[in-house]
Amino acid sequence: MSAAAAITVRLNGEEREVAADSSAAQAVDAWRRDPAAPYAVSVNGEHVPRPRLAARALRPGDEIEVWTLRQGG
Amino acid sequence: MAEDADHFAIAGRRLASRLLLGTSRYPSPAALADCVARAGPGLLTVSVRRSAGGGNAFYELLKEAGPPLVPNTAGCRTVAEACRTASMARELLGTNWVKLELIGDDETQAPDPFALVEAAEQLLREDYVVLAYCTEDLALCTRLAPIGSGQGLNHPERLALLRQRLAGSVLVVDAGIGRPSDAAAAMELGYDAVLLNTAVALAREPAPMAAAFRAAVDAGRTAYRAGIMPRHDMAQPSTLAPDIPVERYHPHKETQTQ
Repeated sequence: MSAAAAITVRLNGEEREVAADSSAAQAVDAWRRDPAAPYAVSVNGEHVPRPRLAARALRPGDEIEVWTLRQGG
Repeated sequence: MAEDADHFAIAGRRLASRLLLGTSRYPSPAALADCVARAGPGLLTVSVRRSAGGGNAFYELLKEAGPPLVPNTAGCRTVAEACRTASMARELLGTNWVKLELIGDDETQAPDPFALVEAAEQLLREDYVVLAYCTEDLALCTRLAPIGSGQGLNHPERLALLRQRLAGSVLVVDAGIGRPSDAAAAMELGYDAVLLNTAVALAREPAPMAAAFRAAVDAGRTAYRAGIMPRHDMAQPSTLAPDIPVERYHPHKETQTQ
């Protein structure tokens, strides 16, 4: 493990500590329990398409939202 | 009347039925699956929301059910919010279709027509197929054509006018339909389809109600295509009494004389 300090972000409304050099992809992958479930991610209110998540470095206070399919009318 | 040629398509994609169904508020996933089987809907609407982490079961159930899935932007209040939701839904479901909802009033869920038009224009530029959820205002629907949806049958005369003025557009009646006769009435007005959710999901027995709506949509559509007789102010007997000459019932019909 590098000496990078941990930073705090919020993921779906809950605070999480991640390594300071984490990408959004790493944080999201660590959090998802069902790899088969479809999902899409936003960071600070902006949709970040999945192919770009690995390149999105996290900063302290980032708000990550992982969305999936729900019932709707 | 070419009954077998009555195809229904949106944006060039043929849909199997003119009954469109929402996926919310069913008593159980099994009940939803039963309703989809009984209704045979042309598409299913879904929402996209914050994930709880796991939970692929709902997606699997819908995939198994078969109809195409169309995400909505329910709950969005701004253009930016709606466009972001549409974008996330597009990635999630791999579809460029979106049922665009922009709420202007929390109490009534009335749409915000100004934001709706702005968001629709933005999404159309990004190659979405936009089903805009709007009121039955003629000017608004003209801006949102080719696809719009009205709110139930509170104003049937306005719906009739809209249908007449936007003859070439796909028009769907959505929300406000409580019973199968409402759905049949919408179809009798010449609307292309009906989108339902609560009326099925909250019925005492949802699956038979889904079947009832399917029959009602078919009946209304068939009636519309068959040409509903004009309303008469005076009653006319439908059975001819044997001692009255036929000509008296049909004064406009020329008597055959030899």
